[in-house]
Parts: sequence; C-alpha cells; structure tokens
Amino acid sequence: MADETKRTPSGQQSAQGGDKPPAGKAAIPEKPKVGEGSGAAHAAPPKPPGIAATPWEHERVARLKRLYGSAIKEALTYLGQNYLVVNKEAAFDVLRAIRDDENFDYLVDVTCVHYPDRAEPFEIVWILYSFPHNERLRVKASVKEGEKAASVVALWPTANWLEREAYDMFGVEFDGHPDMRRILLPDGWKGFPLRKDYGIIQQDTEWVKINLGIESGQ
Amino acid sequence: MSEILKSEQSASSVKHLELEATPSPAYLDSDELILNMGPQHPSTHGVLRVILKLDGEKVMGTECVIGYLHRGVEKIAEHRTYAMFNPYVDRMDYVAAVSNGLGYCEAVEKLLNIEAPPRAQHIRVILAELNRLASHMLWLGTHALDIGAITPLFYTFRDREEILKIFEKYCGARLTTHAFRIGGCLYETYEGFEDECRNFVKFVRPKIDEYETLLTTNRIWVERTKGVGYISGDDCKAMGVTGPVLRASGVKWDIRKAQPYSGYQNFDFDIPVGTNGDTYDRYLVRIAEMRQSLRIIEQAVEKLPEGPVMAKVPKVVKPAVGEVYHGIESPKGELGYFIVSDGSTQPYRIRVRPPSFVNLQALDMMVRGALVADVVAVIGTIDIVLGEVDR
Repeated sequence: MADETKRTPSGQQSAQGGDKPPAGKAAIPEKPKVGEGSGAAHAAPPKPPGIAATPWEHERVARLKRLYGSAIKEALTYLGQNYLVVNKEAAFDVLRAIRDDENFDYLVDVTCVHYPDRAEPFEIVWILYSFPHNERLRVKASVKEGEKAASVVALWPTANWLEREAYDMFGVEFDGHPDMRRILLPDGWKGFPLRKDYGIIQQDTEWVKINLGIESGQ
Repeated sequence: MSEILKSEQSASSVKHLELEATPSPAYLDSDELILNMGPQHPSTHGVLRVILKLDGEKVMGTECVIGYLHRGVEKIAEHRTYAMFNPYVDRMDYVAAVSNGLGYCEAVEKLLNIEAPPRAQHIRVILAELNRLASHMLWLGTHALDIGAITPLFYTFRDREEILKIFEKYCGARLTTHAFRIGGCLYETYEGFEDECRNFVKFVRPKIDEYETLLTTNRIWVERTKGVGYISGDDCKAMGVTGPVLRASGVKWDIRKAQPYSGYQNFDFDIPVGTNGDTYDRYLVRIAEMRQSLRIIEQAVEKLPEGPVMAKVPKVVKPAVGEVYHGIESPKGELGYFIVSDGSTQPYRIRVRPPSFVNLQALDMMVRGALVADVVAVIGTIDIVLGEVDR
C-alpha cells in the first residue's frame, strides 16, 4: 500500500532511484534513434539474471530490412517474443508488407504507451498474429505530442475501435481513420486519462457538473 | 398526438404517390427511422446502447454506444502493485473471472520468467474449464431467453450453481473468485475436490443433452437462429473476431491448441468448428465446447500431480524492465494482457485486449439487412459482457 503513494505519475525513475539500469532494451526513458538494425548496440550487461532483449535474427527481418532499410530501427526478442521498432513515417508501409508478404493476417491489438520523458512520448504498439505461421509479432513506433500516427483501418478493419480507444485514452490521433471520435468516454470529455500526467482521481469536473448535476464524481 | 402522426403519415403517403414513378434517394430516406435500443434494455446484457437505423423492420445500420461501465481498469493498474491488481481483473468479464485471473497471472509470470508448478497448472485448468462451462451455461440461458425460450434459463442456472459451489468451496467466492496468484495458486485443493469434480462431470454430461433436446431440433429455435447473423471466416479474421464466433465460421483456431499455456498441451480434446457461421452454428459450437471442457476436467482430475501449488516467487514482485503480451482462450475469445514493466513494483502500463470489445465491433456487419428481432439474437450470440467491453 505504502509504496504506491511514493510514485509520481510522471516518471518511473524518480521513485525508483538507482534501482537497476534499463536492461539492454529500448523500453524505458528517452532513447536516441539507433541506426539501422543491430539491437546489439545496447552492450551494457544486464543486471537482472538472464533476461534481456536480444537481436532478432530471422529471414523475415532481413526481407523487411531489404525493403525498408533504416526505417526498421530495431528487431529484438524479449522472453521469446519478437518485436520491431520502426520509423513512424514508414509504419504503415511496413505493416502492409507484414500483412501481405509475411501473412500476419490478424491484428490482435492496437494500443499506446505514454513515456512523458521521451522526445516522442507516445509509443504506438501493434500486436499481430499470423494464422498460417502461428506466430506473434509486435511493431512499435513513437510519435510526438500532437502528431498523428498511421491508421491501419484500411489494412485490418478491426483497428477501427482499437484506434478510437487509443485516441480516447491518450489523445493520439490516427491519420486516415474514418471516424476519429472518443469511444468509452463521453464525447465532450476533456483530457486523456491514460496519460501519465492525468491523476488517478482526476476528472473533467466541468463535464460532471453540467451532465450529472453533482460537484464531484468521487 | 395521434393526429399529428396521422397528418404526417398522410403527408408521406402523398409524397409516395408523387415519387412512385421516379424513386430518388430522398424518397428512400423518408422511410428511415432511428431507433434507440438500450442502455437499459434486457436483451443488451448490461448497459450496451445500440442506435439502429431502420427501414421498416429492416436494419440499415447500427452504431454501438459503449462506455457506461468504464471504470478505468487500465489506469488503476498503474497505481497498484502487481499482486494488488490481481482482484481487479475478475471484475472485467465477471461471468468468467477465473479466465481473467489466469491470463493476468500467466502474463506476469511470463514477465518474471517463471512458471507455475504442474499441480497448480492442473488446478488452474480444472477451474478455468469449469468457468468456461459456467460462462457458456449463462450464455445459453440468457441467449435462449432473449429469443423467447424461457425453460433453458432455469436448467442452465440450476447446473451452473454446482460449479459455483465448487468455486466457493475452493476459494470462498462464487463469481469474482481471485482464485490464482502470481506463481501458482494460493490454496491447496480441499478434501474431496477431485471427487466433487468427477461427480460434477457425471452429473452435467446428461444435462447438456437435455439442453439439446430443448433446442437443437426445436422448430422455433432453428427458425430464429439458422442463417441469422452470418459472418464469414475471412471477415472474422479481418474484424479480429475470436473464440466460438470465429470457430463457428469454420476457422479451426483455439489458443489452447495453437499456443498452449498452463499445460493444455497435455490434454486430449478437440476444437469444435461450425460451417455456416450463423447463430445456430455458434450455438452448436458452444454446446460442443462444453462437452470438450468436461473431457479436459476429467483428464486433469485423473492426472492431478502431487507437489507444491506455488512457484518460488519473490515476496515483492518486481519484474525486470521489459514488456510481454500474453493471450489466452477465454470463453469469449482471445483475452490478452500487454504488460510494460519499468522495473518497479507497479506495472508501468497494462493493456487488456478484451475479446468482447473486439467481437462486438462485428455486430454491425452481422445485422445489416436483418430484422430488428435478429439484432437481439445476434447480440446474444456474440456473447458479450459489458464489464469487459468497457473495462
């Protein structure tokens, strides 16, 4: 109980000062762009025993790299799960190639993770599955505040509601989405609750007052 | 009031006469009716609001309005420790709480790179399959009730009660069970657990036949479900639809077989598939799945190994920096957890991939061109739980 209050909403490092360095992985804070391919660039030996992201070597990656070159920033494996980090500009084309050439025909999920300290704070995550290969794959691309991410509704219609939810919760708009509206929260709501700077009991008090006729929903 | 209606009607009929020779889009529009269904409507299984665009009784389009039950589960997760968030997941799909817990615990275990001991895995499989039965029974009862058959509800609730009794004896709760912990199970099985499971399987097998005698060849049931809410296998894949809905459209895909978790590879069971992708086939698939679940429970009880029920898990769960996605086959479809760890005791982000939410999106495709009464049947056949849709 006690340690949940310690954590500031905006950053993991402040509360967990000097816990352990990010284990060779692009996940946490700001990460400058890495050149083509090799995730081996993070040579720092990982402290936690045994687990660290390792480069993902596969003909799939080689094929995609041949096509898109430096747009594919990283190809890594963590705990047996593969993922690609791609350029936001190339995200749509890479995803289309992954669907058409690599047969990833099922888009499991589209979601977003907010890293306020990064230069491009919103990381969009596409989770994919291939029925023919029985294989999962994640693709990630980061966008800046106010920047639009590529919509994949044209590739997988299921992305429609998933992208709407990501917009609803993070305020990231998807370029080319046919119906970019909120989905879970009311249309007039202000603020994006899953951003790290949105407090856990914070709410749009104005909306609550007008629509529910009460001072606070808490 | 009625006069206004009358005059409006006569005006529109005049319009009809005028335009009969050359029907234009404006003429077609004159018959369009917007009908609001829900959020307080018994057939929407909770607080789903569907705005229907109707031409007479024909559905021209739908729009789902959801979020009435939004509790911000994903936000709460970021402010709880890994163990503290565990009970929250039970409140998403509250008729299949065991599956929710199973998916969450396994995802965190994956992140910690540990595995539950074999005995715990078997207990998990038994409870998860019992829960699949309970979920399908509740679905069958309410779905049949929506279409007008009242009796199956009493039958299925009577039999579901036996499952809930087992849950209650095992962990003290009937619905929101919180049965599992990260690393295994908190509780050992109680005295006579195996026998009760065996007896339950023996008790319920003929009951499933009983449901079938009520419905499978019932003329009204067949009329109301055959050919209703058709969706093809390719459309299912494009719309991300999983679970029994996908299988009823002829796609033989079940995560328990495709990417086994919790030791499902050790059990012998079949994946029932349909051919027509309609409401009737989805009914048959779920009935067949109930029988397969019984087979799995039988085997799991027979093979229940000795040993600990909890793996070695540190007192404070603190996964290394990294992220995992773990998907399981919940009664409704693929339930996935995407967890991002920043190396602290609290998850940096948890994303729940809810099967109900994604499957509900296909509603529009399934009811376009059908009748209003079919919308009720199709909402029932997708098997949604609004707690999971809205989270």
